Amino acid sequence: MRSAPAAVTETRLDNGLTVLIQEEHTAPLASVWCWYKVGSKDERPGLTGVSHWVEHMNFKGTANIPRDQVKGIIEQFGGSWNGYTWIDQTTYLETATKDALDRMLFIEAERMASCLYHPDDCESERTVIISELEGGENDPDQLLDQELTATAFKAHPYRHPTIGWLPDLQSMTRDDLYGYYRRYYVPNNATLVVVGDVEAGDVRRRVERHFGSIAPGEPAPRIRTVEPEQTGERRLTIRKETTTEYFKAAFHAPSATGEDFFPLLVLDAVLTGAKGINLWSSFRVAPPQRSARLYRALVERGLASSVSGALIPTEQPFLYTLSATATDGVALAAVESALLEELDRVRRHAIGDGELHKAQAQLRARLVFDNDSVTNIAHQLGYFTTIGRLETFAEAPARIAAVTVDAVAQAAQRVLADSNRTIGWFQRA
Amino acid sequence: MTSTRLAPLRAVLDNGAVFLTKEATATPAVAIHLAMRCGSAYDPSGAPGTAWLLSRVIDRGTLTRSAGEIAEELDGRGITVTVAVTRHLFSVFCTCLSEDFDQVLALLGEMVIAPSLPEAELSTRKGEVVTAIRQDEDNPAVRASETLMAALYPDGHPYGRPTKGTIDIVERLTRGDLERLHAERFAPGRLTGAIVGDVPADRAQAAAARVFGGWRKPSPPEIAIPPVHRAAERREIVVTMMNKAQTDIAYGFTAITRGDPDYYACLLMNNAFGQYAIGGRLGDSIRERQGMAYYVSSALDANVAAGPLVIRAGVSPANVARAVASIDEEIARLVAEGLTAKELDESRRYLIGSMPRALETNAGIAAFLQNEEFFNLGLDYDVRMPDFLHAVTLDQANAAARRLLDTGRATMVVAGPYQG
Repeated sequence: MRSAPAAVTETRLDNGLTVLIQEEHTAPLASVWCWYKVGSKDERPGLTGVSHWVEHMNFKGTANIPRDQVKGIIEQFGGSWNGYTWIDQTTYLETATKDALDRMLFIEAERMASCLYHPDDCESERTVIISELEGGENDPDQLLDQELTATAFKAHPYRHPTIGWLPDLQSMTRDDLYGYYRRYYVPNNATLVVVGDVEAGDVRRRVERHFGSIAPGEPAPRIRTVEPEQTGERRLTIRKETTTEYFKAAFHAPSATGEDFFPLLVLDAVLTGAKGINLWSSFRVAPPQRSARLYRALVERGLASSVSGALIPTEQPFLYTLSATATDGVALAAVESALLEELDRVRRHAIGDGELHKAQAQLRARLVFDNDSVTNIAHQLGYFTTIGRLETFAEAPARIAAVTVDAVAQAAQRVLADSNRTIGWFQRA
Repeated sequence: MTSTRLAPLRAVLDNGAVFLTKEATATPAVAIHLAMRCGSAYDPSGAPGTAWLLSRVIDRGTLTRSAGEIAEELDGRGITVTVAVTRHLFSVFCTCLSEDFDQVLALLGEMVIAPSLPEAELSTRKGEVVTAIRQDEDNPAVRASETLMAALYPDGHPYGRPTKGTIDIVERLTRGDLERLHAERFAPGRLTGAIVGDVPADRAQAAAARVFGGWRKPSPPEIAIPPVHRAAERREIVVTMMNKAQTDIAYGFTAITRGDPDYYACLLMNNAFGQYAIGGRLGDSIRERQGMAYYVSSALDANVAAGPLVIRAGVSPANVARAVASIDEEIARLVAEGLTAKELDESRRYLIGSMPRALETNAGIAAFLQNEEFFNLGLDYDVRMPDFLHAVTLDQANAAARRLLDTGRATMVVAGPYQG
């Protein structure tokens, strides 16, 4: 049976690369993830979207992997590969049969040190990324989320979307991309994770062979901006032709290491059902929410066809966002007033013992479901190391179990305050 | 180890229900997957969407439990029941902790055998379905796919009907309509269950027999799916949605049944053409070389009747003509010149090599077992599948391309800020 992260071994190469290895002998597979502590919050104005574009460029061939040999390099082992960029992190993964381990490590070492950034590839990827942006804009929920985030933050770079603003994508140059790549893609800014049917000593030797000669870089620059406290409600209305109207409310929320994080995670379970803490998998299965407060207040009363909450572990304080899709024919004002009334109730009267225990049981189950594959386990180890501390993940079951009704009440008081919220409407023009 | 051989335990209850069970101890959890032969193809004529609406209500009350009691039971265990409707199957899925397995299976059994379909629930869920249909109307990708399916499978063919139905129909459906579909189509002889996870296979069988063994009901006759006709000529349909930023293209053909002797040749050909790595040859051309699209791929849905092969891409409205020309070009080149031996071999290695990943999780194994049973592939299909792929020759894969792909008979739909 799989055990918790106690089985992880952590080492650091001389060049600063952090290496996490966990043996999992349940299937003949291995998952390799390489994490970089760089995301869209590290971008300066004019270069929004550069982290994500760099991620795309790092699939385009390297000094020792010719462009025409990228295709199939993992697929021939039956494997899959992917990557993602978000506000705090950029990451790349391969999961394949364990005989591909050496190949996977070779690819990640090449990606760290030897990507090419051919000018033609940069140009061709510009239009691919703009197509990705336009595809996102087709989705009203995604568009509202992007604009809501930009409204909720006025100073912190969490405010701009990871895909970037269109004018920046149109003007960015090959040198902008390559310079950014060289600055952040250094071993002392990365964490390599290997989970699977492997032997830890053997993995360490192979990692040393592939990565040991990569020179460390200057410590990556870090942003210093702290978002000032919000002093009053902000609002935003997007009016467009649409068949359906959408509502969102975002509250500045604690980071993964903040005192209120786990109490707020429990509160979110009480309001909208437990999601777990795996960005890669938690949100793919609907949460258990039929008895959750906002589900009863909105969906069961026919005001909304769906309601959801998102509290995602982040390095710095980000947002707790509640979203609802108005049922056909229901005004957004009715959705908003029912939702805010429920939040007011939880602030005034806190939650009951029964609700606390139910939320804790839900989260306990979700943490088990979140760790059902070598890919998901490896994601969690790298994710939490990159946004702060691996211990936050290791301690999650105990921290959730230790949450009290009072701690939830305090989190509700602080986070759900009127002056801390930004309301967004996507309304029919 | 899940990869060497699944070897599930298969048993048929004396009422005809089939259960496939497999112990897998990687996580202290169990995946339960119940599939009833009552997908959207079984909707009464003139009432598409009936199975879909039933799927929204079936888990909202049973003879012994109210909707509120079910909500508390599910939420208290941290689990979610997902009910899905495809063309042929009405499926109920749930992953639970192994300690909750017996109670959860009993609950799912009650939902399937004896749902109470409360009027109040029906009214609320109708509102949700209508809203979902309205959201689909505003989604270019859904509009492109649904319009393509309606064009490929015209005249009320079950593969061309909208699974969710239409707003008019949903609003008209009554509790009696749902009861009738359930009474006529839900029967033990039409049920297949897969149970995979941290419970011994024989104990899972015993639990299934306890829950479903007493269900007595004759099996309804199987429905006939009307024949599928290939398009006689090339067709282009535009769905203009000027409020959107990007256009979605769906370009396709009617293809083959799952039982077709050319199935494995078509599967390999499609993988090389529109899936391998980032979208096979289509991805090389449209995404990698021309930078036109974030996504482009093709999918083959071999089914009971001849399902479609559909190419999908999302492109800027200015690039629609160029993207369609590139799809045409890749088809013409594939049909004229065929795949290379290397391409065929790569796709073969990929499809065989990816099985351990597909069979890593409990839910993945359960879905595989359901597919095995539905298409009568045999309990050792996981072991035999590589042989079927190895047997395909380059000539057969190229003949599959010539058989399925013909630009002169393509149907394409462009949905988005585009006026043709």
